Order: sequence, then structure tokens, then C-alpha cells
Amino acid sequence: MSADFLYGIEVVINGLMAGVMYALVALGFVLIFKASGIFNFAQGVMALFAALTLVGIMEGQIPFAHLINATFGTEIHHFGWHVPALLAIAMTVGVMVLFAWAVQRFLFRHLVGQEPIILFMATIGLAYFLEGVGDLMWGSDIKTLALGLPQGGARWIEDATAGLGGDDFYGFFIDKLDIVATGVAIVLVTGLILFSQYTKHGRAMRAVADDHQAALSVGISLNFIWILVWSLAGFVALVAGIMWGAKSGVQFSLSLIALKALPVLMLGGFTSIPGAIVGGLIIGVGEKLFEYLIGPMVGGATENWFAYVLALLFLVFRPQGLFGEKIIERV
Amino acid sequence: MLYREAGDFKTSYVADSQTFPIAFDRYRYWVVLAVAFLVVPFFITDYTANALLLPFLIYSIAAIGLNILTGYAGQVSLGTGGFMAVGAYACYKLMTAFPDVNILIHVILAGGITAAVGTAFGLPSLRIKGFYLAVATLAAQFFLVWLFNKVSWFYNYSASGQINAPERTVLGVAVTGPNTPAWASYLVCLVFVTACALIARNLTRGALGRQWMAIRDMDIAAEIIGVNPLKAKLTAFAVSSFFVGISGALFFAVYLGAVEVGEAFGINKSFLVLFMIIIGGLGSIFGAFAGAAFLVCLPVVLKLIGVDLLGWPTDLVAHFQLVIVGLLIMFFLVKEPHGLAQLWRLAKEKLRLWPFPH
Amino acid sequence: MKDMTESYVTEDGRTIGDVMLDLRNITLRFGGVEAIKDISFDIREGEIRAIIGPNGAGKSSMLNVISGFYIPQEGEVWFHGRKRPQMKPYQVARQGIARTFQNIALFEGMTVLDNIMTGRLNYTKSGMLAQAIWKGKAEREETENREKVERVIDFLEIQAIRKTPVGRLPYGLKKRVELARALAADPKLLLLDEPMAGMNVEEKEDMSRFILDVNDEFGTTIALIEHDMGVVMDLSDRVVVMDYGKKIGDGTPDDVRNNQAVIDAYLGVAHDD
Ligand SMILES: Nc1ncnc2c1ncn2[C@@H]1O[C@H](COP(=O)(O)OP(=O)(O)O)[C@@H](O)[C@H]1O
Ligand SMILES: [Mg+2]
Repeated sequence: MSADFLYGIEVVINGLMAGVMYALVALGFVLIFKASGIFNFAQGVMALFAALTLVGIMEGQIPFAHLINATFGTEIHHFGWHVPALLAIAMTVGVMVLFAWAVQRFLFRHLVGQEPIILFMATIGLAYFLEGVGDLMWGSDIKTLALGLPQGGARWIEDATAGLGGDDFYGFFIDKLDIVATGVAIVLVTGLILFSQYTKHGRAMRAVADDHQAALSVGISLNFIWILVWSLAGFVALVAGIMWGAKSGVQFSLSLIALKALPVLMLGGFTSIPGAIVGGLIIGVGEKLFEYLIGPMVGGATENWFAYVLALLFLVFRPQGLFGEKIIERV
Repeated sequence: MLYREAGDFKTSYVADSQTFPIAFDRYRYWVVLAVAFLVVPFFITDYTANALLLPFLIYSIAAIGLNILTGYAGQVSLGTGGFMAVGAYACYKLMTAFPDVNILIHVILAGGITAAVGTAFGLPSLRIKGFYLAVATLAAQFFLVWLFNKVSWFYNYSASGQINAPERTVLGVAVTGPNTPAWASYLVCLVFVTACALIARNLTRGALGRQWMAIRDMDIAAEIIGVNPLKAKLTAFAVSSFFVGISGALFFAVYLGAVEVGEAFGINKSFLVLFMIIIGGLGSIFGAFAGAAFLVCLPVVLKLIGVDLLGWPTDLVAHFQLVIVGLLIMFFLVKEPHGLAQLWRLAKEKLRLWPFPH
Repeated sequence: MKDMTESYVTEDGRTIGDVMLDLRNITLRFGGVEAIKDISFDIREGEIRAIIGPNGAGKSSMLNVISGFYIPQEGEVWFHGRKRPQMKPYQVARQGIARTFQNIALFEGMTVLDNIMTGRLNYTKSGMLAQAIWKGKAEREETENREKVERVIDFLEIQAIRKTPVGRLPYGLKKRVELARALAADPKLLLLDEPMAGMNVEEKEDMSRFILDVNDEFGTTIALIEHDMGVVMDLSDRVVVMDYGKKIGDGTPDDVRNNQAVIDAYLGVAHDD
């Protein structure tokens, strides 16, 4: 096998792993969209906020320290303790549940029955708000997330594959973190599917997604379900935030992963979990391959737009996405 | 009564459909125009021009443009930044390729080029709707910014990758470049704003505007009663992009003078203009002005209060600004989807009856 | 029974002319559901043609076929003696077919006046530039359209709500505004989908009077779907009866009233299909 071809394969493998990460974020969107018809633009900022909160709690940061210092001329920063990772994760989940409740109580309860596009714009507002609050609470400097996740190239894969393509090929370079992320994503998706299939609340959630009216008539509290899905989405955001945060630090750019997840959704359909996964993989592989093959000819950095243009072209031919339900219009 | 409608009867349909059917509004409109054209230029300073007036005027044009697309025709676009970039780069290429042609013509042509690009990116709107379309417009945003970044022809192969506006004059006075007096750049922008607002007003109160609104409110019914959706949507994209392109051209040539595309026309610009029309009022020309004024003033006021008065560090104030803008967006969408324009209308209704509330 | 191939004059003195719209063997399916099964009937110039039948019979679908919104899998639509090629709904509208909808489809964000003005869009010829400067042809057309619309407003007695946003109107008035929008288009053929559904007796009487007047004064051909049999019998010249997508009766109100299949359908006799 030629080295070029093998490097192409490496690109595909890395694309698949990036795709898993995109799918992870897209999953949060799908959860909320299915249950409430809200296209939550704030999902990316939720990942950022969750990661910020996790780091803040672990490091014993004092919330709003910056603001307090500026107002009262104090010099406080830390409580002086460190919280163990698992406990901190549990506390962060608590914060995300609180956030879910607040979003429901103060925003979407007042927007019931509004057009989807209004809800969408409201979540853009929510994204700004949450970003500001995150910055105020924990500061906007770049933070490292020290959860002890493995990082760097996986040596054993490199060694095992080095001989495949002659002297020019040094073996596949695959980041250990990506392997972990893939594992986590698989566990998370399996967990979500099990939850929605085999638990009472999970079934209620699906009932709401299928038919609001019917769900109401059998006594399912919409309010509760919506808080539940926003909490779940918050949890998914936390997981995504941990993975991306471990990879490139917890900073503003983390919230931009939402922008990566949008084309994934357009491709996979907003209502389908398998769609989010397949869409994620297609886009992950597609953009890496495109950058590898075409990128050098046009100046590179095509990842910025490739996913969008792909999704756009695709949608023009199949407006409901790969797995979405066909939209039937009536008068 | 401060504000009168009574006794102002219409005797013809022409009078009834004019821009300001109520005489009082008409007078106020002329007064505002007179002050803007005849008084402000004598008092303008570099600071007021650069911090407030120029951005206000230029964003107003962009907001009018986006409001036509989103507020009137119901097609949400997140590509405004990218289209402003098209206007800016088109203007730059024209300015440098045809230095002898008047800059005002270049700005208009830049608007025309942007209209063409916008129409092309509007084509998918025939198949995809709502937030699918909103997300699809992000394709325009990212692709265009990337294009102007990577293809050096667009910035005339300059080493910095920036574009710089050379000096151009109108009637012998510099309106672009470092030697431009504040009043000159102000007047150029003012002329464009006035013309754009008039055109937008005429289009939205006439047949085309009704097609747009019909598509916005119920696209299927609109088509069945005789609106060609292709034409309605594409004209909305074209007209909207024309204004956005003009605003991008002015933003570059008259206001900033030098531009790096990712910084000046990134996705945040798209959101900023969208926020202007949400806060100002969807589907209202006045709302576009109100929203632009509000979001141009907000950072200035916050800085005044936060940094100068309370002595806070600037980044803290910036964070607060995010929180406030986010809250305002949510507030207006929940409480007053017609934005400041509607609040203003309600205030006028109160005034009209005052002091006899019933 | 009257000869249905020649034009004739009704008892109240209106002239019914040639066939205007001829539907031939229309079949319409949604996936596996056959909403319309091989239905043929015609509508003649100047007449009021009712379509009746139980819910889900396929009546609205039929109007949608006429409007060009649904494309039937089989069958032909003939209009003014010519086979209609496949066209978009807005092109159908331009041929002079206007309509109202079962679930009111007004433009909620616009005023009553603007809603009705949308009925005149097919008469606007001025280009975008002319409209942008609001001079010449654009201004003239706007005034002409406004005059026409004001006549419709007077006719339907809705002067007082001209400037009201339609979102704020009660149901009955919305139905009337929707009729006004259709009338503003000066249609040759007017399709009304349950124009009186959900109205009280008084409102129904008003609406009936308007429909008769439109037909009488402007000679507009009307096809209407209605459930109130009394109204149907009073208004219509001929009636088509549909049930489960099939045509089970067609003729004068008296013919239909005495038709056994129709009586069965309305009394809910078990079907044998
Ligand atoms: N857009 C559509 N998609 C799927 N089924 C439809 C659609 N429109 C109508 N139908 C079906 O066609 C049948 C006839 O409906 P309709 O024409 O609305 O009946 P009617 O107006 O006589 O009450 C119904 O079974 C309805 O569910
Ligand atoms: Mg019906």
C-alpha cells in the first residue's frame, strides 16, 4: 500500500473521530428539538458554561470574584480548596439542572405556541446571556481542564501500523483523547437510548416528542418533561464541554462547536439521534478529506465552511435531511 | 393634546397611503431631516462621528436591509456580516480599479454586486424554510469570509491581507482616507441613509411589500392567492442585500478606512444586525433606526457608567454587555416582538389621548 | 329535469352559460390514502355549485386540485374549453381563480386593508424600480387597486375595520375579510371552502346574502363547500355529493335531496367498500 493512501486512511479515521465529537454536540440539539420543537442555538455556550463551571468548582474558584473585587475593592479569588473531579461533575450537573429549570420558568414558558423561528432567535439571546454570565462568574481567561484524561498520540497504534506502507509511512497517528471521546460518546448514546426506551420518564419524553396533545391527555406534565430534556441536554453539553475542553482548553472558542454541530443537524435531520451520529460522521470525514485533498489547492482552512456548504447543497435536494420526516404542507 | 390625529381627514387614497399619514408626523420628519442635514454638520466632532453617528447611520442601512428580508419577508438570515463584506470588497476593488469614477457610484455599484451575491445565496430559500434557512445562510457567512481571506486578488495581493480605502473626493472634499473631515463622512452616510430609508419605505408600503409580508405570514396561502414565491423571496434577498452591501461599503470606505475581513465582518456582525432589528422591531423601518441607535449607544453608555464612573475594568463591562444584550433579546421576543418601534407607537397612542385618557 | 348541455335562465333570472371548469376523472392519493377517486364534474359559467359530503370526503382536496396546490395522479382539468397544463398555484390564480380556505388563511401580521390589497397583486404590472420611487405607473396602479378594494370593502360592509390588524378580529369578521381578499381579485371563478363554518344564524344569513349578491351583481361563478344543508339548498344551482373520495350524487338540490345514496351517506348507513 502506498503511503499516500495510508495517510488518506488516517485522515478518514481522524475525521470519524472528529465526527463523533460533532455528533456529541448535535445530540444535545436533537434531544431538545424532539421534545419541544426548540432549535437551541445556545447548546454550544451551554457546553462552554458547563466546562467553565466544572473547572471553577474543581479549583475552588469564588463565583463572580472579578465582579466582587471590582465593586468592593477586595482581592478574593479562591476558596482555597480543591473539589475532587467526580464530586465537581455531580455539582456541575446540579447547576445545569438549575439552569434547565430557569430557562423553562423564565423564558420558554412565556413563549409557548410561538413560531419556531422566534424560539430560535430567543435561544440566540440565551446564548449571549449565558456566555456573559459564564464570563462574569468564572472569568474569561483560558483554563485547563485537569481531569487526567489521556492525551497525545497512541503509541501502540503507531507502532503496530508503522510497517504497512514502506519507509515513508510512520504509522497511524491517532490522539488518545479522541479514542476516549469516541468511547464516551458511544456510552452516552447507548445510555440515552436505554433511558428513553426503558424508563418511565424516558417513555414520557418520547410520547411528548410524538404528540404533545396526546401526551397531555394521558397526564404527562409537559413542563416537567421540558425541564428534563433541558437537563439532559445540559448533561450532554457537560460531556461535550469536558471532551473539547480537555482537547483545546476551556475558552470562548469552545462555544463555537455549536456552529459545527448545526450542519450536522441539517444533514442528519433535527429529529433523529441516528441522524445526528451519521451526519456527524459524514461531516467529520468529509471536511477532513476535503481539506486533505482540495485544501492545499485553494489555500486551506476549508473546514470553516465545508460542512455548511455540504449541508446546504444537500438540503436543497432533500429539505428534511437524511433521516428527518418529510414535511407535508396543508392548507 | 400633544399629538393629534383628529381633524386630519383624508380626501384621497393617495393622501391615505403616504409615508406619514398624520400631519404631525410629517412635520416632525421634516424637522428631523432639517436638523440632520443643516445643523448637525456644524457641531459634529471626530468623537461623536466615530463613536456614535457614523456607526448609527451605517448600521441603520444594514438593519433596514435585514429587516426587509427578515421582518417583512420572514426569511431569517445569519449571513449579514458576509454580505457586508461583499459590499466592502466590491467597493474596494472598484475604487482601486477605477480611481476616476465617483466614490458614490462605487458604493451604489457595490450594493448592486452584493444584491447579485445575496440573490444567489437566497436560492435555497425556495426549498428550505425557517431555521433551516437561517442555518443555511451561515454557509454564506463562513464561505464569504473565508473567500476574502484566502483569495489575494480581493485584497490586491497586499502583504497584510487588509484592504485600505484610498482618498476619494466628492465636490473636492475628501470623503474617504485619513484627511476626511468628520462632517463630510457624516453627510455621505446621511445621504445614503435617507435614500435607503425612502426606497425601503416605498417598497414596503406597496405591492412588493405586500408580497413579502404575505409570504412571511403564510407562504402557502400566499402562493395560492397569486404570489410567486420565487419572485417574492428573491426580490427580498436582492433588495436586502443591496442595502447591506451599501452599508458594508460605507463601513469599510467611509467609517473604518482599513478592514480585515474576519474581524470586521465575522459572524458577530450578523448577530449584531439581527439583534438591532429584534430590539428595534421586526417589520418596521423606524425600528431599524431605533435598534441601530440602541445597540450603538449601549456600549458607549455602559463604558461611561462602568469604566468611567464605577472604575470597573473594561472586560467586566464587556461581559455585562453580553448579559444585557442577551436579556434584552429574550425580553423583546417574549414581551414585545415588535420591539422599540411598537413601544414608541404605544407611547404615541397615550400621548394622542392625553390629557383625556378616555 | 333541465337540459344540462345548453345555457339556460334560472327561475330568478340569472343566465347559466357554458361549462367553465371541467374536472375529468380526477384521482388524488396521499401515500396509500386515496382522497379523491376518479371524480368528474363540471362547473358552468354563472352558476353556484355546491360540494357537500361528510368530513374527510375529499372536498377540500378537490378545491386544492382546482387551485393547483395538489397535483392529481390521474385526470385532467379543463378550463374555458382548454386542457390546463400543469401549473403552479400562483399561475392558476392569475387565470382568474380566487378562493377562501377552510381554516382561515389570512396574513395575520397585516391590516385588513393590506390583506385585501394582496388580492390585487395579480393586477400590479409596475416594476421594482417604479415602486421604489413611488412615481408614475406604480402610484397610479396603487390608487386604482385601492379604489377597487374600497368598493369591495363597501360591498362587504367592513369599512370600520379597514386599518385593524387582522390578528385582532373575531372569527366571523375574519371570514368576511378573507372573502373580501378573494373578491378583490375580480375572479371569474370563486372557490369557497366552508365560508359559514362556525357562524351563528345571523352571520350565516349575512354571508349567504353576500354570496348571492356576488354571483348576481358581478356574474361570478362560485363553487362552495358547505355543511348546512338549508344554506346549500337555498344558494346552489347544482350540487356534487362526495363520500370517501367518491362522487355519489350530482344534480339540482332537489335531485340530490331525493337520492338514496346521499341519504344513506348522511344517515351513516354502513358502507360496502
Ligand atoms: N396534505 C395531505 N396529506 C395527507 N393526507 C391528506 C392531505 N390533505 C388531505 N388529506 C386526506 O385526504 C382526505 C380528505 O381530506 P379533505 O379533502 O380535507 O376532506 P374534507 O374537506 O372533505 O373534510 C382525508 O383523509 C385527509 O386526511
Ligand atoms: Mg374540508
